[in-house]
Amino acid sequence: MTQMDNTMTVSRRSFLKGGGALVVSLGAPVSLTMLMGINAAFAQGTKPPLTPDQLSSYIAIEADGTVSAFFGKMDMGQGLFVAIGQIVAEELDVPFGAVKVIMGDTASSVNQGGASGSTGVQMGGKQMRVAAAEARRVLVDMAAEKLGIAADQLAVTDGIVQAKTDPAKAVSYAELIGGRYFNVPLAWNQKIGNALYAPGKAQPKKPGEHKVVGKPIKREDIAPKVFAEQDFVTDIRVPGMMHGRMIRPEIAGAVPVKVDESSISSIPGARVIRQKDLLGVVADKEWDAIQAAQLLKVEWSDAKLPFPDHNTLYDHIRQAPVRKRELEGKQAGNVDEAFKSAARIVEAEYEWPFQSHASMGPGCALAAIKDGQVTVWTGSQKPHYVRDGVAGILGMPVDSVRAIWVVGPGSYGRNDSGDAAMDAAILAKAVGRPVRVQYMRDQGTGWDPKGPASIHRARAAIDISGRVIAYDFLSKAFSRLDVQTNESNPKDTLAGQLIGLPLQSDDGFGVPAESYEFDHKRTAWETIAPLLDRASPLRTAHLRDPVGPQIHFASESFMDELAAALNADPVEFRLRHVKDPRDIAVIKAAAEKSGWQSRPSPRKDQIGVKVSGRGLAYAQRNGTRVAIVAEIDIDRSTGKIRARKFTVAHDCGQIINPDGLTHTIEGNIVQGVSRTLLEEVKFDARNVVSVDWETYPILDIGDTPEEVNVVLINRPEVEPSGAGEPSIRALAAAIANAIFDATGVRLRRVPFSPDRVKAAMS
Amino acid sequence: MRQTVSLDVNGTPYKVEADPDMPLLYALRDELGLNNPHFGCGLGQCGACTVHLDGQPIRSCVTPVSAVGDSKIVTLAGLGSREKPHPIQTAYVEEQVPQCGYCINGWIMTAAAFLRDHPKASEAEIKDALEGLKCRCGTHLSILRAVKRAAAMMG
Repeated sequence: MTQMDNTMTVSRRSFLKGGGALVVSLGAPVSLTMLMGINAAFAQGTKPPLTPDQLSSYIAIEADGTVSAFFGKMDMGQGLFVAIGQIVAEELDVPFGAVKVIMGDTASSVNQGGASGSTGVQMGGKQMRVAAAEARRVLVDMAAEKLGIAADQLAVTDGIVQAKTDPAKAVSYAELIGGRYFNVPLAWNQKIGNALYAPGKAQPKKPGEHKVVGKPIKREDIAPKVFAEQDFVTDIRVPGMMHGRMIRPEIAGAVPVKVDESSISSIPGARVIRQKDLLGVVADKEWDAIQAAQLLKVEWSDAKLPFPDHNTLYDHIRQAPVRKRELEGKQAGNVDEAFKSAARIVEAEYEWPFQSHASMGPGCALAAIKDGQVTVWTGSQKPHYVRDGVAGILGMPVDSVRAIWVVGPGSYGRNDSGDAAMDAAILAKAVGRPVRVQYMRDQGTGWDPKGPASIHRARAAIDISGRVIAYDFLSKAFSRLDVQTNESNPKDTLAGQLIGLPLQSDDGFGVPAESYEFDHKRTAWETIAPLLDRASPLRTAHLRDPVGPQIHFASESFMDELAAALNADPVEFRLRHVKDPRDIAVIKAAAEKSGWQSRPSPRKDQIGVKVSGRGLAYAQRNGTRVAIVAEIDIDRSTGKIRARKFTVAHDCGQIINPDGLTHTIEGNIVQGVSRTLLEEVKFDARNVVSVDWETYPILDIGDTPEEVNVVLINRPEVEPSGAGEPSIRALAAAIANAIFDATGVRLRRVPFSPDRVKAAMS
Repeated sequence: MRQTVSLDVNGTPYKVEADPDMPLLYALRDELGLNNPHFGCGLGQCGACTVHLDGQPIRSCVTPVSAVGDSKIVTLAGLGSREKPHPIQTAYVEEQVPQCGYCINGWIMTAAAFLRDHPKASEAEIKDALEGLKCRCGTHLSILRAVKRAAAMMG
């Protein structure tokens, strides 16, 4: 598309919308900027449509000169919005404090994918960067016309465009466009979600010019939370609102046969809502809704007991038919042939359980339907997809639904918040009043989508000289896409499945992300069918760093096993085979910072009950590199592990905000320790039995690491990659390797509970 | 059977009509519109609903509204303000503690009461006092830094 076409296309739309009097001959070989002047062409009083190809969809200059940045992703509490504000301020040459980042409302931002796959800065920030750069370019062009000075003779400081030679000749952004809207087309790649990219003509600044990017600017959303000023999604109320609670079966897969509505007649205003197999109650008061849910008598269908014995989970995975097999990652040589020539083969199998998001609060949403318009308040990290899903489940046009993200009770992937939005929409439509749904704790832990359980088989062929010649890694697992990573299609929600949409479990898993080079290498995955082919408390989906923790627990434990088999230092062994320079740098940085002493594992100098060890693991994730050294203590008499200290070297390219980044890494490490040492969703033949904090414990503060030392490797010349998840993926292996170093015992099943550790040592 | 219950919350007297067995949490949230205590589990296991009852931290999700009696209730909103912050609130902002922030009532209200009574507490004693509270985002390291910072301010 040429510049002229672009200008014409968008201007025509704005004229039609704005009813402008100017008649332009469409298709004429003359640009609007020529006809109207730059200032009139680039700015207008009415907002252009909220489409990805409009600059106004990302950036607005308010009447007071402050900048609104409309971001189609959202911050789950790691300070992403600060980084986005820094990027926008940098490119626009305005003070950081002049930028307000507005997130997660489908009425004000386009779909940039929501919080997803650690792409907040990597992809979301990339788009905001080019949009802000384009806004600056346009504003300087407008200033050039206004001041009668060539654009290349102008400089911008704090939102004021000045002549380089005569600062008195100046005009502010506010004077140029404040309170009006950009009317500037962008070269949109026609994609929505994470991949959305719509640059203008401007080139962003070079890293050497950055003044705001790279600074440890603090978050401003802390004080409102600390002083109880911040409303969460659970706190939103609208007039006439009812409270809803959902009824789930005791035996997963059972459906209601008979519902005795009289059983809740003692509760004022309580009503039963049923649509096919979806069952809920509503009441004016929240406590009444909770009691109605408890009192309601339901006769359930005779369901076949859906689940195997929990103790046979991994056997089930081993024996289940493979639904899909895929080679992924860099393959080399001929693995099967190479193993035939091996002098020695090392092999091991690792196991990872189902895990729950176990968000601090169970899923919650509020839906209001009025005059054919739906508003949904959601804590989902992907509100644009909630909009699509709610439209789908209500059979309404997407344009009639507005989803508003409000900070929720924690989100680390596809948790239960999308399900809550669908339930709220159905109940609101049924009762003709706004309905707020909040799940109870047992539903939040018991019925959220789960991180998939898996087994991983690794083997290596070693030649007569002690060199690893072949490496073969295979995961067999429940899919990470039993339900999709967003709720845009009702089939991927409990509500959709309960009203009759069949589960369409998709296939997806992954392979280790590293740069080990062996002459012969194969990495692959296999998926198996879900345990229950309908609305299931063990449906599997994305949970923070989807499948990364399980895969790298196995692959990085195995690298340690290989090092031990060859009597090599674990760091030195890795450096023999890791070929990527940034990977090498991150491994060395973690080792050096932790004071790593070169020697093979395990230690042989410890006697007595209390022993200590150190372990290293490393991984890549979509451009980011992380290496972790864990230092742990074990009480051999109890099996209790103390994950005492972590040294984390982290390279995610250019660092936007080192303060936010460090906090984000700390959170990953602590959550990773919890998942490694404690977390396992348990079930019996009937249902999930991990339903609260007693039956699904997470890390207590007494077991928190004493120290997490973060080594940030900044590479300003490298485009930023993600940080929300990479540092959790290598964590479990670092701990497992430290346990081996301390005890000589290899743990191959997560979590490393005291009884399991003790049993392994005996 | 609903009854009229008198509550003194953050220094203001209220009367609510409620089932005496209803947990205090719902009186605070739904009757009085005080959003800051959160529902996390309804089982007294996580602390997201914590308020002070005569200065002591309690889990409002398992405390029947009828059990409050004449005791004075203070919620996070009543602990301090931007103008007059409690030291733990100041420390929380300075240490940039919360991520999602849904858990902070438990940590802040428990730590505030503990530090008032134990201003010279060691790190081990602080950890003991905060045992059982949940944070899913994994901000425990920042929490400890903030509580120690607040202790230094108070002691």
